[in-house]
Amino acid sequence: MNVYAMRAIYKFEMARTRRTLMQSIISPVLSTSLYFVVFGAAIGSRIAQVEGISYGAFIVPGLIMLSLLTQSIANASFGIYFPKFTGTIYELLSAPVSYLEIVASYVGAAATKSVILGLIIMATAGLFVPLKIEHPLWMILFLLLTAATFSLVGFIIGIWADGFEKLQLVPLLIVTPLTFLGGSFYSIDMLPPFWQKVSLFNPVVYLISGFRWSFYGIADVSVGISLIMTLAFMAISLAIVAWIFKTGYRLKS
Amino acid sequence: MLGPNGAGKTTLISAICGIVNATEGTVTVDGLDIISDYRAARSMIGLVPQELTTDAFESVWGTVSFSRGLFGKPAAPAHIEKVLRDLSLWDKRDSKIITLSGGMKRRLLIAKALSHEPQILFLDEPTAGVDVELRQDMWALVRSLQERGVTIILTTHYIDEAEEMADRVGVISKGEIILVEEKAELMHKLGKKQLTLQLQHPIESVPETLAHYRLELSADRAELTYTYDTQGDRPSIAALLEDLSKAAIPFKDLQTTQTSLEDIFVSLVREGQ
Repeated sequence: MNVYAMRAIYKFEMARTRRTLMQSIISPVLSTSLYFVVFGAAIGSRIAQVEGISYGAFIVPGLIMLSLLTQSIANASFGIYFPKFTGTIYELLSAPVSYLEIVASYVGAAATKSVILGLIIMATAGLFVPLKIEHPLWMILFLLLTAATFSLVGFIIGIWADGFEKLQLVPLLIVTPLTFLGGSFYSIDMLPPFWQKVSLFNPVVYLISGFRWSFYGIADVSVGISLIMTLAFMAISLAIVAWIFKTGYRLKS
Repeated sequence: MLGPNGAGKTTLISAICGIVNATEGTVTVDGLDIISDYRAARSMIGLVPQELTTDAFESVWGTVSFSRGLFGKPAAPAHIEKVLRDLSLWDKRDSKIITLSGGMKRRLLIAKALSHEPQILFLDEPTAGVDVELRQDMWALVRSLQERGVTIILTTHYIDEAEEMADRVGVISKGEIILVEEKAELMHKLGKKQLTLQLQHPIESVPETLAHYRLELSADRAELTYTYDTQGDRPSIAALLEDLSKAAIPFKDLQTTQTSLEDIFVSLVREGQ
């Protein structure tokens, strides 16, 4: 195993975060805070409690997930797309480093960033609404799994994209709608029965449900199923990444 | 490695280094297969690409250290310092790459490639578009690496570069290596020599007795040119001079010229086409 290479890539990516601290950390924190002000404090005070939880507190896990998903994708996709764009990818491709090591380093760095971000957002949320975490270990597990899985998705998008527009396309057209419709701001139970069934096809429902359960002990689907679905989603992403490296798709001609 | 634009020089290097997939065939580097033994094979190789591709916002020190790590070597500040000093980049070690000139970026790419102490160095047109001074520096660097035992594979379409530095010359055209030969051997084998004689008096025509020399008479009829190759399958100069004397054609001066690598290259590529 080329540990030095993994460390070099990881350090390089984390240095990029430090250089772009404003975009990487501050702006998502700011936008999440705005959600809290609008949905938590202003509108939330007029919305009834959801399963015994104040609306402001209810949306915290969903909001953290929203940031975690979008940031994991953004970090990882940009991390691998940029060397492709500038041409410095030649060095990565010609280095004695395995595909697994490349993926682990990029995804590890992207996931680290989004986990840090998730924790900062959680702390920020604590300033607006009372927070309680019933199952902290599960919370950490879901946080890590989601960050890793969606960093993998971001890595795939970064390799697939052949322009900056495409980098934005998937997060904007697919991930954000899925997150909004995945129960970030409501419980699936609030939907008509038909849409409840449709929602079960949305993978983000399982992530948010499991994550919310770790906070308040309430869930739309059982936590076991949430975990299985998250792992399944991760396995699918890993399989796609393996295929990309095997064929050199969009990496090698 | 000599070849005209689009001959496949960069593609060949890219296939060896793992940047493009080869459509067929195998490549071994010091006996190591580049696919099954890619770690060992790639660890031996340093690559300086043709394009100036760099991370604009990284520092010189940071990017060279990154390259060393990427190639699986533990940090070695002393080695990185030496490489940067050798390439006159030491003063710029903390500068962001974006602030460097084109020549400095070119040297930086070489520093990155040398960071992990490779035994084989690919230089893909290192002197394309660089000024004379930098070109001389680059040549000096290549020579010093060569003396240290580093194998250098340099692609170029500047013949003088190959003539100046190469031990062996490969010629590639339309994706095929036409030949690989010791430079001296190549010059010897394919090099043609010409002997030009300035005659004391113009002559009407070349006498029959000298026909087998296939001499060329100049337009002003005052010069005779004899083309012979160095392998000696045509009559010697001594024989020609003797026959000239017998034919009573005195000459006042003579000179010989030898074809350059450039001429050889052009004729090879032309034949290949």
